[in-house]
Amino acid sequence: MFTLSGKMRCSSIVGVKIGVLALQGDVSEHISAFSLALKATGRETGSEIIAVRKAAQLSDLDGLAIPGGESTTISRLIQKNGMYDPIISFDGGIFATCAGMVLLASCVDDPRIKTLALIDIDVQRNAFGRQRESFEADLEVAGLAGPFHAIFIRAPVVTRAAPGVEVLARIDSGIVAVAQGRHMALSFHPELGDDLRMHQKFIQKLEK
Amino acid sequence: MKLEELRFGTELLKRGFASMQKGGVIMDVVNADQAVIAEESGAVAVMALERVPADIRKAGGVARMADPGIILEIIDAVSIPVMGKVRIGHFVEAQVLESLGVDMIDESEVLTPADEQFHIDKKQFTVPFVCGARDLGEALRRIHEGAAMVRTKGEAGTGNVVEAVRHMRNIMGEIRGLQGRNDQEIIDRARDLEAPPDILLETVRMGRLPVVNFSAGGIATPSDAALMMQLGADGVFVGSGIFLSAEPERMARAIVEAVNHFEEPSVIASVSKGLGEAMKGLDVHTLREDEVLQYRGR
Repeated sequence: MFTLSGKMRCSSIVGVKIGVLALQGDVSEHISAFSLALKATGRETGSEIIAVRKAAQLSDLDGLAIPGGESTTISRLIQKNGMYDPIISFDGGIFATCAGMVLLASCVDDPRIKTLALIDIDVQRNAFGRQRESFEADLEVAGLAGPFHAIFIRAPVVTRAAPGVEVLARIDSGIVAVAQGRHMALSFHPELGDDLRMHQKFIQKLEK
Repeated sequence: MKLEELRFGTELLKRGFASMQKGGVIMDVVNADQAVIAEESGAVAVMALERVPADIRKAGGVARMADPGIILEIIDAVSIPVMGKVRIGHFVEAQVLESLGVDMIDESEVLTPADEQFHIDKKQFTVPFVCGARDLGEALRRIHEGAAMVRTKGEAGTGNVVEAVRHMRNIMGEIRGLQGRNDQEIIDRARDLEAPPDILLETVRMGRLPVVNFSAGGIATPSDAALMMQLGADGVFVGSGIFLSAEPERMARAIVEAVNHFEEPSVIASVSKGLGEAMKGLDVHTLREDEVLQYRGR
């Protein structure tokens, strides 16, 4: 018997190590969504999912998820905990939902949020309104067969995407899912539903 | 995408909103200036009130929903969610807050109850509700009525964390005690707890409440906040503890940091240094029975 760890190969499937930024927000939902997504695609062996609270934990990750939460709070805690530069120089892929999308953008309509500028997009916060305007909808997502049931909670919208940014989904008022390089950013919360295809799409990106 | 294909106010959206608050501090504020301080200190949301609980105690009389003017001022001042309190059972106050655009409603024992038999039928609303609980039965009854978030009642406006600790230990201890029991035994226990059996079964299966569980009622220092987090809270509400302390802005930032680093005593030590006086506080045992807010609603 061999003991597999890290990125060693187990037949043709590669294990991945994914961290979920655990400063504030729906961290446990992302951890369980990733764990189910890895299980569903037979990637459990050699894979690991951890909660990331310190910059040092970023070093051996293949991917990092920035969860939903309050973007003003998470932005403040990223700086306070000395994680701003380490996340910018992180060389894996980043999977960002809702507040995470706000943080990955180049520019946001709120000067108090220091964005990471890792995807070349502009984002408007709370673009659909307040909580009573939060909604669920079926979305067409590029590369997915069949609609994705998306959960939008006080969600942001992309108001500008640079030419190199791949637009994955739109809704009337704007772009709600994008990818650039190995990063993905979504206005909605796939971690709250049971459709794991967005998490799987991200894991596939990490393996390329 | 047509507007009529969208779904609003579902259980998933309500509980999802509450999940976004996890690991955060929700602060009581009475005006726009305080709301801005709370937001800049890292609060995940603010609770808009006419008076903080300690001042409600002092004022006496009937405590009601805040003036809509104050709530709108606060909504305009910040970009984080704004919550508001309504009296237990007062569904019209809740309709009013929903129409103002409040993001979550606290059906709260801190205000004078409007109905001694029924809580609000929270499933009728588009916005989510948070409710207080002293034990598991009470928490599950509120979830059954549609609460998307539960918080300990504690004893608001006292600056004394003892009741919040008691309530959190009641809830978590009961869930732990039911692990390993079979369905029949759990359903039997549901009768004693006066809890809906299906939600109790779900709770035991998950090993936690099926909704986000915050702590409230007496948190006055960074250590108090970290204590509640270590006891299993998903986040904390701080009422009178911030704006009745000597230096509200520093206290607010310190409590946010303590919640973020709740398992790191050295961080809690460093943020607690020279904070000035915490709110004065009250010994819960000196209260007359009619002054004890947690007995309201059950």
